[in-house]
Amino acid sequence: MTALTTLAVPPGRQDDDVSLRPLPWRRMAWVTWRQHRVGLGGAAVFLGAVAVFVWKVGLQLHHAHAAAMSCNPSSAVCADLVTKFNFSNHVLVGGYALQIVPALIGAFVGAPVLARELETGTFRYAWTQGFGRWRWTLAKLVTLAIVVTAAAGALSVLLSWYYQPYLATGNEARTLSELSPFSLAVFDLRGVVFAGWTLVAFAIGVLAGVLIRRVVPAIVATLAAYTGLALATANVLRRHYLAPLLTSNANVPGSAWIFRQWWTKGGQFAFSGWRDAPNNLLQQCASIPRGPLGKPSPTTLAHCFAQHGYVQLTSYQPASRFWPFQWIEGGWLLALSALLIAMTVWLVRPRAA
Amino acid sequence: MNVIEASGLGKRYGSTWALRECSLAIPAGHVAALVGPNGAGKSTLLNLAVGLTEPSEGSLTVLGGRPPGSPAALNGIAFVAQDTPLYKNLSVADMLHLTRNLNRHFDHASAVARLAQLGIPPKRKAGKLSGGQQAQLALTLALARRPRLLLLDEPMAMLDPIARHDFMATVLTAAADDGVSVLLSSHVLAELERVADYLIMVSRGRVQLAGEVDDLLAGHRMLTGPAAEADTYAARPVVHARRAEAQAHLLVRATADDPVPPGWEAHPVGLEELALAYLREPGATALPGPARGRDAEPSTVSK
Repeated sequence: MTALTTLAVPPGRQDDDVSLRPLPWRRMAWVTWRQHRVGLGGAAVFLGAVAVFVWKVGLQLHHAHAAAMSCNPSSAVCADLVTKFNFSNHVLVGGYALQIVPALIGAFVGAPVLARELETGTFRYAWTQGFGRWRWTLAKLVTLAIVVTAAAGALSVLLSWYYQPYLATGNEARTLSELSPFSLAVFDLRGVVFAGWTLVAFAIGVLAGVLIRRVVPAIVATLAAYTGLALATANVLRRHYLAPLLTSNANVPGSAWIFRQWWTKGGQFAFSGWRDAPNNLLQQCASIPRGPLGKPSPTTLAHCFAQHGYVQLTSYQPASRFWPFQWIEGGWLLALSALLIAMTVWLVRPRAA
Repeated sequence: MNVIEASGLGKRYGSTWALRECSLAIPAGHVAALVGPNGAGKSTLLNLAVGLTEPSEGSLTVLGGRPPGSPAALNGIAFVAQDTPLYKNLSVADMLHLTRNLNRHFDHASAVARLAQLGIPPKRKAGKLSGGQQAQLALTLALARRPRLLLLDEPMAMLDPIARHDFMATVLTAAADDGVSVLLSSHVLAELERVADYLIMVSRGRVQLAGEVDDLLAGHRMLTGPAAEADTYAARPVVHARRAEAQAHLLVRATADDPVPPGWEAHPVGLEELALAYLREPGATALPGPARGRDAEPSTVSK
């Protein structure tokens, strides 16, 4: 403190423009922390509460899974244990409840960063200090982006652990609930994309903040934009990351992400589902054993179709592609976030000078 | 050195010109007052000078030819914006640390001493301070940066008379002791007489009058005479005419050496009187260069 005072050059000095080095970036660390500790503290409490809850119910889930896997499958006790596992934690089993976490962090941490400065007029203070406005913006946004992304990454490790029982091998044999790693519910809670979605939500938030210049509308716009992007990605975009595999093997594993199944004959498309099968084929297969509801069971029907020279083709993404898909999605989310943050800094930077 | 130099400067918001054809040069070492009615373009000029907005036309340099917003300009100019924006949820001490971190020079010890002298508790949140204390805090932060130019946008608008007095005393001390050049915008005319030695009047986005206060006062007289003869007076440009029952008061551009018509009396004018006359006549200009009298075309530009 005293050192700084003595360093202060008396007025009347000539600041040689050439010697004016930019102020060190690290000065922004304290500034960012002091200005955003309430928001970051709120986010930490929220994420901490989610983590404690997931940890608690996760332990129960893991115990239930271990018990159901180790019991004698033919015993009545075992049936109870399987039921217990299959019916635990309905809030989380769908996974959708946790998918709003990145959106909330992005909206409540990201949107106010610049919107509050613009709304309350404090940008007139912040952007006229010696640090310079675009450097101020860049330093602040990068620091906050790293912090929220790291926090989300830590939470997603816990989420990955939580969902492990649903992805374990051998669940099918014991009629335990099973999830494909590509399942819409859990794909973006595990691996790197949970952190990626949090980062992109933050980046959408800061850009919305600088465009809209008001906190509450910026938060609403962030939530809306994030929801649109997340839905479009899950339902349309994700399946195209890699060309799907095609197989004539009727037994595609349950962990795969199946897009479409159809029947061919002699290399030509014949029909898609058994309902669309030609009548003569259905009549020929009519004598096969019926299922409990009087309908033909799909497997036996498929067997009959195959005997008549039809081949079933399946297009799917194998579970082994989980990590390539994670890296592809994480990669473009990172690139999009960098682009949005760069756009924000560009908007803040004065055109002249 | 000119602390601010503008040439043909204009700023347009949408289809409205907030400032137009503004050419002026404010030399260093003055306490300059920027006067004009609301919406005349005062804030626009200050925001341009500090680099918060960019000109739509013309050019502007600060601190002897530096572009506004450049590192040297940011380093040498301290700006106290209208309504003195501070982070309301930060304490006074935090605001000091924040400003110190964001600037090359920060005289922390003198800032702390000044706040103690003003009785502003360091632990109080900036948002809990009174309007006068907030203004003093903003000014203290600005002066602790040891600027060469201090820009103040309507610093006294929110203050009571005592706070106004204290605020301006601080500004004048800085100007006198540290040689800080000051440009402050205001529409509180009474205060300016005491503090300003340079005056810039803007109206409807254009500069109406600019110069050292002593020169401006020496160049204007108040003539009092019979109302019937008021319209015939044409020896010097009339800025503003005010008629009572029998007498007319004409504020004219004239020096003490100019002859006074028979039957008329000449008085020197005060700064407030002068400023008021120009405020009442937005079309009147008195700029260096070709003089334009009161028939100057009324500006069609307004905000």
